[in-house]
Amino acid sequence: MNSLTPQRILELEEIARHLRVDSLQFIHRRGSGHPGGALSAAEIMAALYFEVMRIDATHPDWENRDRFILSKGHASAVLYAALTRRGFYPVSEMESWGEIECPHQGHPDRLKTPGVDMTSGLLGHGVAVGAGLALAARLQKHDFLTYVLLVDGESQGGIIWEGAAVAAKYRLSNLTCILDYNDVQLDGPVHEVMPLEPIAEKWRAYRWHVLEIDGHDIRQVVEGLSFAAQVHEKPTILIARTTKGRGVSFMENNSFWHGNVPNSDQLRQALVELGEVNHG
Amino acid sequence: MAEMAMREAYGRALADYGAVNPKLVALDVDTSASTLSNFFAARYPDRFFNVGIAEPSMVDVAAGLALGGFIPFINGFASILSLRALEQIRTCVCYARTNVKIAASYAGISDFKDGPTHYSITDLANVRALPGMTVVVPADAAEAADWVPQVAEFDGPVYLRISRAGALPIHKPGSPLQIGTARTLREGSDLTIVAMGSMTGRSLAAAEILAADGIQARLLEMHTLKPLDNEILLQAATETRAIVTAEEHNIIGGLGSAVAESLMETCPVPLERVGIRDFFCPTGRDLEKLMDACGLSVNAVAEAARRVVARKK
Repeated sequence: MNSLTPQRILELEEIARHLRVDSLQFIHRRGSGHPGGALSAAEIMAALYFEVMRIDATHPDWENRDRFILSKGHASAVLYAALTRRGFYPVSEMESWGEIECPHQGHPDRLKTPGVDMTSGLLGHGVAVGAGLALAARLQKHDFLTYVLLVDGESQGGIIWEGAAVAAKYRLSNLTCILDYNDVQLDGPVHEVMPLEPIAEKWRAYRWHVLEIDGHDIRQVVEGLSFAAQVHEKPTILIARTTKGRGVSFMENNSFWHGNVPNSDQLRQALVELGEVNHG
Repeated sequence: MAEMAMREAYGRALADYGAVNPKLVALDVDTSASTLSNFFAARYPDRFFNVGIAEPSMVDVAAGLALGGFIPFINGFASILSLRALEQIRTCVCYARTNVKIAASYAGISDFKDGPTHYSITDLANVRALPGMTVVVPADAAEAADWVPQVAEFDGPVYLRISRAGALPIHKPGSPLQIGTARTLREGSDLTIVAMGSMTGRSLAAAEILAADGIQARLLEMHTLKPLDNEILLQAATETRAIVTAEEHNIIGGLGSAVAESLMETCPVPLERVGIRDFFCPTGRDLEKLMDACGLSVNAVAEAARRVVARKK
């Protein structure tokens, strides 16, 4: 079990803060992107890329690396932030994000961006693709783990549950999903658009091991991921309660910020709230 | 000798090649007794995954297996794979360029007893339009088996179209076969018939009828719909000045469309398309009669040839 020192928790919280700042700056500069879901996933991404996953930024294709699939591919900004901060490529590359020649697509493209393990963007693919990767690991007797970050809204579609059934049938304990449950989707609150509850019971009924955590408590995220790696004979899902737009008051719980871009004044206010720049 | 069904030849070949390449894995959607991926399943139970009746997730699971270094053959009905699972094929196979092989069985109207829901008469149009997809259509059982090693060793997504039925046998096992290179099955100078899949044998029969009337038809087997062999088409159009296409598919979007697109750019000549003329084919008792009734008869090919030759003048 991963036991975090208070100092390490502070470090990871600082990394999560950086991922928020980077995400908003990337999106603002590009003039396009999805800030709300990037901000809700910052602690989850910090935990995965800076504490839990076995990766080597100098060898992005290392065969036995842990794999990550951003099933909620529209939150690409926070993945790009994690990969730059982790050293997969220089942050200067993100200055051209959105340009035709830029290696980073609007949504993650495994063939263009080092460190992206699977192309994504249209919702729903993560669990089933992750199950395939986990099967491949088992067949080859590799001990890498596969992590998939889902969002609540995509769980409304059937293919998530098709993938869940496959992972359960083959007892893929080397697969861990994290549900970024921020309860806000494009048209409004998830619980109004198409309720998911009782979501934990649904995953348990599919024979998954279920942990419910606060997705903004870095200790709970790291410990949950570490616990998942110890579960036998079952895949695990962490149902992470989060806040869409977390850390920026005017973005929090507001579906407008699912896919809108902060202007310069809004960006400045956001960076002030995130402790990146001072007032005035 | 009784004619072997294409699916059986494919299923046996897949199982045989599983011994040659240990990276081969197979998936199915509760249709292994129909697609005959069950030959593979029986020999390599650890490398066979039955995901239940869930084609979209089969495609995605296969993409994951390919990311992990395997060569997955996914098995199911062409109609469902090319329609219900098309987004998965587009995104996670073609765009992500995962090395997944789509063995699309029960293609065309070969599932004649089950009817229009199970017929697959748009699959070639659907998958041909996807960037990065290679599309291969065997003409008979021997060819279906011969494709398996090539498709397995080809680097990238392939759609391999398999009929439930047999087709008029025209190839000896092990005949030279290469992705993207059409085969000339008969020489002729009055017109060229460009055929694919089950219509290849029927077109050969039509060519013989035509020869009795003094019309010499060249026959090209366009087993690879994509990438299309544009060079051999240009040569055929230049030399014979008339083209007939023949396919067990809707006339929209398949072989006829592909050939017309190619030749309109390089050498426009009179062209006639033999195929299903944009309707839902009914259920039948017998595939041969059903094909005849749906516009795919030997005579339909011969008549199209006569029309196109007349248009040359």
